[in-house]
Amino acid sequence: MRKFVGVFASSLLLGASSVSAACGIEAGSVRILSNDFAALGTVIDEARECAADGVTVSANLTTEHKSLQVPALTVDPSRYSVAMVANNSLVPLLNEGLVRPLDDLVAEYGDQLEDRQLVRIGGEIVAIAFMVNAQHLYLRQDLLEEAGIDAPTSYEGILEAARTLKESGVSDTPLGAADAAGWDLAAEFVNMHLGMGGDFFEQGSAAPALANETGLRTLEMMKALTEFMAPGYMTVSADELKNQYVSGNVAMMNEWGSMVDGIVGAAASDRQIAEATTLAAAPTVGGGGIPAAALWWDGFVIADNISDEDAAASFQVMMHAIRPEVAQDNPQAAAWLISGFDAPESARGMLATAEAGARPYPMTPYMGLMHDTLGVELVQFMQGTESAEQALADVEAAYSAAAREAGYLN
Amino acid sequence: MAPSALAMILFIVVPIGSILVQSLFVEHERVLVTVENCGPFGCTEETRVDTAATAELRAEEPLGRFNGLGTYIDRGHLAVDELAAILSDNAGPGDIAARVMNLPFYKALAFTLAYTLLVTPLCMALGFAVALAVNALPRLAKGPVIFLTLLPYIATPLLGALAVFWMINTDGIIGATLQAIFDDPTLSLQASPMLTWITLIVWGIWHMAPFAFVVFYAGLQTVPADTLESAMIDGASRWERILYVTVPHLKPLAIFVGLILLMDNFRVFEPIIGFSAEANATSLSWSIYNDLNGQGGQLFGSAAATSVLTTIGVMILLTPVLIRTWRGAGGRAA
Amino acid sequence: MSATPPHLRPSMTASALAIGFLAVWLLVAAFPFFWTLWGSFKVEADFFSRSSWWNAITGPATERQTGSAFTLAGYEGAWIEREFWRAALNTVIVTVSVTTVSLLFGTLGGYALSRSTRNYTVWILIAALVFRAMPHITLVSGYLLPFFELNVWGVLPTAIVVLVAINQPFTLWMLHSFFLSIPKDIDESAMVDGCTRFQAFRLAVIPVMWPGVITTGLFSFLLAYNDFAVTAMLLNQENQTMVPKINSFLGTVQTQGSIMYAVAATVSATVPLFILVMFFQRRIVAGLTAGAVKG
Repeated sequence: MRKFVGVFASSLLLGASSVSAACGIEAGSVRILSNDFAALGTVIDEARECAADGVTVSANLTTEHKSLQVPALTVDPSRYSVAMVANNSLVPLLNEGLVRPLDDLVAEYGDQLEDRQLVRIGGEIVAIAFMVNAQHLYLRQDLLEEAGIDAPTSYEGILEAARTLKESGVSDTPLGAADAAGWDLAAEFVNMHLGMGGDFFEQGSAAPALANETGLRTLEMMKALTEFMAPGYMTVSADELKNQYVSGNVAMMNEWGSMVDGIVGAAASDRQIAEATTLAAAPTVGGGGIPAAALWWDGFVIADNISDEDAAASFQVMMHAIRPEVAQDNPQAAAWLISGFDAPESARGMLATAEAGARPYPMTPYMGLMHDTLGVELVQFMQGTESAEQALADVEAAYSAAAREAGYLN
Repeated sequence: MAPSALAMILFIVVPIGSILVQSLFVEHERVLVTVENCGPFGCTEETRVDTAATAELRAEEPLGRFNGLGTYIDRGHLAVDELAAILSDNAGPGDIAARVMNLPFYKALAFTLAYTLLVTPLCMALGFAVALAVNALPRLAKGPVIFLTLLPYIATPLLGALAVFWMINTDGIIGATLQAIFDDPTLSLQASPMLTWITLIVWGIWHMAPFAFVVFYAGLQTVPADTLESAMIDGASRWERILYVTVPHLKPLAIFVGLILLMDNFRVFEPIIGFSAEANATSLSWSIYNDLNGQGGQLFGSAAATSVLTTIGVMILLTPVLIRTWRGAGGRAA
Repeated sequence: MSATPPHLRPSMTASALAIGFLAVWLLVAAFPFFWTLWGSFKVEADFFSRSSWWNAITGPATERQTGSAFTLAGYEGAWIEREFWRAALNTVIVTVSVTTVSLLFGTLGGYALSRSTRNYTVWILIAALVFRAMPHITLVSGYLLPFFELNVWGVLPTAIVVLVAINQPFTLWMLHSFFLSIPKDIDESAMVDGCTRFQAFRLAVIPVMWPGVITTGLFSFLLAYNDFAVTAMLLNQENQTMVPKINSFLGTVQTQGSIMYAVAATVSATVPLFILVMFFQRRIVAGLTAGAVKG
């Protein structure tokens, strides 16, 4: 509704033809490829305002964007001039060299950008970030108080608290995690492993470096947590985890900050649970000093295989779409990384995670292959039919086969 | 005819050819350099692909590096080396089975075969039984019954699987009822591999049985009445009539139904996604999907190799039918 | 009464067993649909209730949130807010085109092949089974780059052509078998009477081919209607069909799903199938009887 009013007001103030003047573009074709979720929809609606005589703005929001982006940007001229990416989906585009360096455009049109929004690789600006996301703790303060425990700040503390909650009969399944086989499970491993201070690869090469003490401790902790979860934990996706929590079945979870809206605040589905929920930084683990959660950003890149005119138009349209007012008008839509954004209460879990020094999700070219492998090969260990050593050996073997095929290993 | 033939060549011969070629190649070596990456969360030293240097390699060999059958025998597919290792050093058949099932291709193959070989005959049996029962109904009741029976088949598989998945959740109507029946509050159809397999197979039967039903029901309409009557006069009982008159009459239909069911069941994919079952059951189709849908880029060679292996698998399963058709064709041509 | 030998009288036990079995089957077959239909008029807290599935039937949260035991919120959200009607329209275009084109090529091709002196049965069958067995996503990923290069990606005709091609060998095989079961005498005698090959086809064969065509058409229809892999990867957002659209209502990591929209849309997507089966049920049975499927 607010967005609607905003659009209405701006068109009233500026009038139809001067909108493009607001974007500062005379001509160009802007074609956006994007994932399909609400916050990106907000940005793209803003981008569409720039459409005018000689300026076309079209967008394709699709959940299949990851499969489409590489072929769509490979052709010349690219099917899309702008691709919305996150730190994982940027990598395949970089690997194929499909991303335009943005230094000139930023210098010319990017006054509004803060330095932290610029994603630089080897000194070149390749992407502009405008939102962040991370997993962090959601705690049911009422249940913790009922069992007489303080809010835990580490996974070891969470295990202890979960045992107390279960033994005192406050909650049968005090814990929840997005352990669904596939992407979610792998993301949990990445979080925990980063929290343990672990690495995924040998420095400077694509060779895996997981089968070691840190990897084993990561897996042990993941498995230990499942003892306090509902039995079908291998099918619980991030969305399902939120449902478990808002139905009152889970007392503590490490869940995405982007899910916060349905859990606390005005849009919460259960008032009592919303009021009893506290948000905190993701827990530390294994005595490590940083939260066990990877930090993610969402942003955009400009395609390499397009004309300079379209590139300039696309960049300017995106600058209009992520101008500071957009963040101020939609504070609940996302944790904006836009200057002047005053983060609401609901974003404090995520901000606390970032401030406590959590590591970003790795952008190495072969991290995606590792992630895909983890999602498949850890399953048997998590179900208790395989040892941790075997699981890690399987991960390394499967990853190496994939990496050889993709040309990263010989 | 010409457009049809052209379209078939364009969309059949070309893709199949390109899949065969793809499966023999792997990507170029990628030249890696270590650079400093900076973003919203600070700077780190990470590697990146030197795209210019990699493009040069690519220009030399546009198809990639020739790998022969290397992809077919790697760990993700037939896993020849791993199998040899398992067979040469193991602790008995149980150990062999467990370790072979740990290899992704064999895990997927095991479920695909179990699914195909159980669902196909059970579907046909159920479909035949329902067809017999419906055929005995009074005329007026037949229409609505046929209509309700066909529902599971026509519903979009992905959506049908989702609808059932919502019901078998531990809090859903089926899940909760099963917990009450077995008096076991921790029972979850999603937790154990065995229960997941059973759930998927039951779903498969539920989904495909109506197809077998409708074909058999149509066939029952053509059973010659005089043969049935003469069987009755000869004193054949109800079961004997079904066994000696109806079943032989429906045999060609049964082959048709079996053929379609084998082809479709071997491709099982939607229920694995719909039931979020990949922890406990993967299929060959799912492996291909997984190779093409990862966040690490698409593994075309790997997916192509699995596709070729899948197709060979179906051909082996269908050899009896193919031989029969070949003979039939020979007979007619002669 | 005792004139019929006892074993020929319809036995009461057998009939009772048959009816009981049928009743159980109908319950199993239809229950998920009625359950989902009923649930689509509730809110998420009821249909996906964690406390008791009985809530999905009575709807206490629906009553609390909307003031009535039934709500159209899911349908409004899907059809109006998320423009499901657009996807429905696209599905209509895709399915009608795929079915028509497949049948047109399939009928002409199948007829020509069945009347040819050479025997193609085995090869058509092999092509048909390779294509039915190969997961569609393998083929589609290979098409992506050429389609982007030719600038034909994202539009409905491309998806239609691909679906027709994937389905064509199977259609050809079914119709070819069906035409083989129509005696050659029919058209040959017409040709003796001075008709050309095409006239013979039009006057003698078309009138008797409908049962086989309708059955084959049903397969093409279901393929196009239920497709996910091809349409999700080849269509632009505004051209999306119903199944990928419903998939986009489900939640992901970044966003919570509008799951009741998905339920309402699922019900909506099934309604046309209901109508289709109700309308064609007798003809499908007749088509199968007529020998389209005799191998």
